[in-house]
Amino acid sequence: MTTLDTPTFAPRPSLLKRTMQRKTMVIGIAVLAVFVLAGALAPWITPFSPSRLSVANRLLAPSGVHWFGTDDFGRDVFTRVVYSARTSLFVGFAVVVFSALVGVTLGLLAGFFRRLDPPISRLLDAMMSFPDILLAISLVAALGPTLVNVIVALGIVYAPRLARIVRASTLVIRELPYVEAARAIGVSTPHIMVMHVLRNITSPILVQGTFIFASAILAEAGLSFLGVGVSPDVPTWGTMISLGRQYMDQAWWIMLFPGLAVVIAVLSLQLVGDGLRDLLDPRFSKDL
Amino acid sequence: MVGYVLNRLIGMIIVMFIVATVVFVIVRVTPGDPAAVMLGPDATAADIAALREQLGLNRPMLIQYVAFLEQVARGDLGRSIFLDQTVLSALAQRAEPTFFLTVFAMLIACAIALPVGIMAAWKRGTWTDQLVTAVAMLSASIPSFWLGLLFIQFFSVRMGWFPTSGYGGPGESFAGRMQHLVLPAVTLGIISSALITRFTRTSMIEVLSSDYIRTARAKGVGHMKVLLQHALKNALIPILTVIGLTAAVLISGAVVTETVFGLPGVGNLVVSAVLRRDYPVIQGALLIVAGLYVLLNFIIDMLYLVVDPRVRF
Repeated sequence: MTTLDTPTFAPRPSLLKRTMQRKTMVIGIAVLAVFVLAGALAPWITPFSPSRLSVANRLLAPSGVHWFGTDDFGRDVFTRVVYSARTSLFVGFAVVVFSALVGVTLGLLAGFFRRLDPPISRLLDAMMSFPDILLAISLVAALGPTLVNVIVALGIVYAPRLARIVRASTLVIRELPYVEAARAIGVSTPHIMVMHVLRNITSPILVQGTFIFASAILAEAGLSFLGVGVSPDVPTWGTMISLGRQYMDQAWWIMLFPGLAVVIAVLSLQLVGDGLRDLLDPRFSKDL
Repeated sequence: MVGYVLNRLIGMIIVMFIVATVVFVIVRVTPGDPAAVMLGPDATAADIAALREQLGLNRPMLIQYVAFLEQVARGDLGRSIFLDQTVLSALAQRAEPTFFLTVFAMLIACAIALPVGIMAAWKRGTWTDQLVTAVAMLSASIPSFWLGLLFIQFFSVRMGWFPTSGYGGPGESFAGRMQHLVLPAVTLGIISSALITRFTRTSMIEVLSSDYIRTARAKGVGHMKVLLQHALKNALIPILTVIGLTAAVLISGAVVTETVFGLPGVGNLVVSAVLRRDYPVIQGALLIVAGLYVLLNFIIDMLYLVVDPRVRF
């Protein structure tokens, strides 16, 4: 007598395993981890101070002692690049948090309440018609050039991007039977919005958040370069490039290394964002 | 079709109204007295009072808002605090470098992105595809001002091929002025090409896997004909959208690039206005740039009607 084999399904690989399969994403995460660690452990990594002036050491070329050379005030460029990682990554992360708070709230409200949808959507259209940097510098000009205001300004600039994605996802999820069922058994609207809708759209928020992180680092560097960002005394990659510009002919290293730091950090975030999108959203296969 | 055009037109007017409101609010969120902030710490009380009067800041907020909308509707953007001219004439005077910079950068971006994106889609999965994707990602990660500075250092200072900065003197010929735009336009074009490359690739991949392309190939239509005549035509619609979006990226990029290359354009005007707290100029520039963006997207929506007859919603 023959027996019918019960069909067996290969267990889905764990999230960690699927992450490890994406080499570019792993590289991105590893590079970001290096930046975060370098920023956090800066005082232990480098023996120099980011702000101590040393006229005797000004404009020294890269060497065994000063890996990335020194700037016009004799400060060690490597030390300043490492310390700047703190500010630049902090600003990027804070912008993501702020824009998520504003964007997710607006997106949920627009997607969930039909009456609120037209005014919120038009507001998002209007906000998105301002070019990023132009809106950011105008907001910083109005609010004042402080670290917090730069974060708020960039948060306002990027919030509509998230709001649109959240709105679109909410519109789909709102119509699903389980939301209807939750309503039928008397679950409150705020509870449905947070526990049933928001929890199911964390993937697109996470992916977009990574790209906003990357854009915010670039934008912060741009604002600092233009002199409308954080105070020039605060070491950020943008202020370093701006300073190095005056000495481009004689000391190329002052602007080269902070610029490379921006490129590598932003590139890593893009790799992570792309990887997360592939990983969390089955519609985006590697090929498309 | 008339309904669609009318609908889009009304939508555009509503968005422009909100844009004007947002611009009004931005200037008013300044902590403290905007007149005092604009004139700086050395201003006398009389100067501040005069400026408050000139800008109408003494009046109730609602009256200010209505007066502002009325002014904008008339096309009057006010007077600059620091330049002895109206905001509109200040913007018009600086429009040429920004216009040509944006147009050249867009042409360069398309000249790079379209063939490269099409090639990547055609050679999908090969090392060519991977290289294109990697380079596109890299160019989207480079700060435009940093790339501009590197270009100045190499092509202008070392090689002496291009002017290091500026837009030529007052008597400079048109060709001479355009020569000043080569490096800024290449810088901005390279940065902006990333987004268009990725969209072109994705869009072409989708179209190339359609049944009608397979049929055309099965009938023995040549590679180039399939690619350019059959596939590209249909892939153009999403590409057109992203070119519209890139316009905003370009204007953002122009603000920074103009500062790096010392071009006397709108971007440079806005940055110096921000540094001097010249709010009427900031307000005017925001309105004009956002207005142009809304208009451009409206034109692109209308172009859909021409490119794709299926768009009739």
